[in-house]
Amino acid sequence: MTSKNKWLSAPYILWSVVFIIVPLGMILYYGLTDTTGAFTLDNITAIASAGHAKALRVSLLLSLASTLVCFLLAYPLAMILAGMQTKRHNFIILVFILPMWMNFLLRTLAWQTLLEKNGVINHVLSFLHLPALKIINTPAAIILGMVYNFLPFMVLPLYNALSKIDINVINAAHDLGANNIYTFIRIILPLSIPGIISGITMVFIPALTTFVISSLLGGGKLLLIGDVIEQEFTRTSNWHLGSGLSMVLMIFILVNMVLSAIFDKDGEGSLL
Amino acid sequence: MKKELIQLIDISKSFDGQMVLDELNLNIHENEFVTLLGPSGCGKTTTLRILGGFTGPDRGRVVFDGKDITHIPPNKRQLNTVFQKYALFTHMTIAENIAFGLKIKKKPKSYIDDKIRYALKLVNLDGYENRMPDSLSGGQQQRIAIARAIVNEPKVLLLDEPLGALDLKLRQEMQYELIRMKNELGITFVYVTHDQEEALTMSDTIVVMNQGYIQQIGSPESIYNEPENAFVADFIGDSNIIPATMIEDKLVRILGTLFACVDTGFGNNRPVDVVIRPEDVILVEPSEGIIQGVVSHLIFKGVHYEMEVQACGFEWLVHSTTLFPVGKEVGIRVDPFNIQIMNKPESVDEEAVIIDI
Repeated sequence: MTSKNKWLSAPYILWSVVFIIVPLGMILYYGLTDTTGAFTLDNITAIASAGHAKALRVSLLLSLASTLVCFLLAYPLAMILAGMQTKRHNFIILVFILPMWMNFLLRTLAWQTLLEKNGVINHVLSFLHLPALKIINTPAAIILGMVYNFLPFMVLPLYNALSKIDINVINAAHDLGANNIYTFIRIILPLSIPGIISGITMVFIPALTTFVISSLLGGGKLLLIGDVIEQEFTRTSNWHLGSGLSMVLMIFILVNMVLSAIFDKDGEGSLL
Repeated sequence: MKKELIQLIDISKSFDGQMVLDELNLNIHENEFVTLLGPSGCGKTTTLRILGGFTGPDRGRVVFDGKDITHIPPNKRQLNTVFQKYALFTHMTIAENIAFGLKIKKKPKSYIDDKIRYALKLVNLDGYENRMPDSLSGGQQQRIAIARAIVNEPKVLLLDEPLGALDLKLRQEMQYELIRMKNELGITFVYVTHDQEEALTMSDTIVVMNQGYIQQIGSPESIYNEPENAFVADFIGDSNIIPATMIEDKLVRILGTLFACVDTGFGNNRPVDVVIRPEDVILVEPSEGIIQGVVSHLIFKGVHYEMEVQACGFEWLVHSTTLFPVGKEVGIRVDPFNIQIMNKPESVDEEAVIIDI
């Protein structure tokens, strides 16, 4: 871009300042001060308190679990898609992305209706004289919600990375005597690492920070760190504590993003 | 006669209803440099892929060293492939790339290290063990791809347009390298290319293919000097292909004028095609020529001048080291043994292809 055209970015810069930079500054201010406005680290060290630490632990556990499930579901699918002829795979990718165009809240609410004690699934099960499913308000329901919502974010970077592997590189491995398993472990998997890192980042971060999924499908029994922060802002109105905890969470996100930047230098696995 | 190593028997293959190979039969001998030559879509790469095992024929058999290998997967075949765009493993060092096949065969480490050093020496890249493929030039990557294949001591090396992505100078160097390697290693090379010069330079045997059929098999000399049909004549080098009539043995009427030739057995008063290479057209003073014409174009090509001469309603392509300026009246002579007689194409299909090229 020439310097003459730089002013074209002005609206975006204005937007970033008002809605990204300023709010981040406010979080930093609230997180490092108490109600009197004096400097304190209490809001950050509060993560060590039993309740908060547990919420963070549960959040990490559930988001890691759902990232793993997403990976195990998405990798074979991405391999099939990458190996397909152009005409058919576009349609299948469309089918996978289609739910992404519907509102996130709506999709999660739909799962609530499906999983409820007297919900659709249990109606069908009782009609078939099968035992009812007691999944709503359990960690399993939260993981299900996370996987359902974030799966496309895993599929696309993996598909991107896998479809960039030259078919002749795989042929060359076979040609040199490698069987399918050896080729997968030594060639396909290592070459798709940028996509794997990118996919993990794109599932893990939103899963770690979510509060909607846990409150809708977890029934508020299981507090995730996202729920705790949300409550500090909306119910307890303790912006200082909420901001402090947000900053702790941000550290996890930054670590993850640095890792993904290291492994995905060319931006190969990224969506855009 | 050398031992037959590979036999392709009645190989047919089609993609999406499009016939790519039709009842192809080909024998490849031990320690032979065979080039499959033809325009894109002629089936040469498909033939190579069937040899490598990456695709199976619809019908027909592949026999290797007396054994039917038609349904043997690529990793169980005693041949290795050098792919068009190198297909190196970009996440591994050069040494790891070369060692890939040997590690699968569970060779001892000292053996593998020796082989890596030997292969890098052979391709003139000593000391590149710890480099990554991306840090090498195209020509170097190509040589690594060759090294990676030959350390496995295959009986046959398949090469799919391996020099296609290189610039002219590098390509010529690599052609000599390949000939040297073939002689040093004593293995069979099956080489695919659309570049006729490359084929003429390197091959023991050239297989000219078009539209899924073999047009001619022969030594570079016989392919160039005695093309069996107009397609081969046109595809290999520049040529004047002129419709003519075979009056009787050793006498042909070209553009209304009688020429002496050396071919026999075409019958009397039969329509034929003659091919005359541009370097075989001799330009002389008008009075000394068999036919007369006027120079219409002139280009300096370095080694020779390329001229076009309008004579008897035909535009003759002439290569000569003597300059005849545009507009000059000249005579044309052709020595009898430089007139190559060919049968007319039998089907309309074949004719259409010639016009296409």
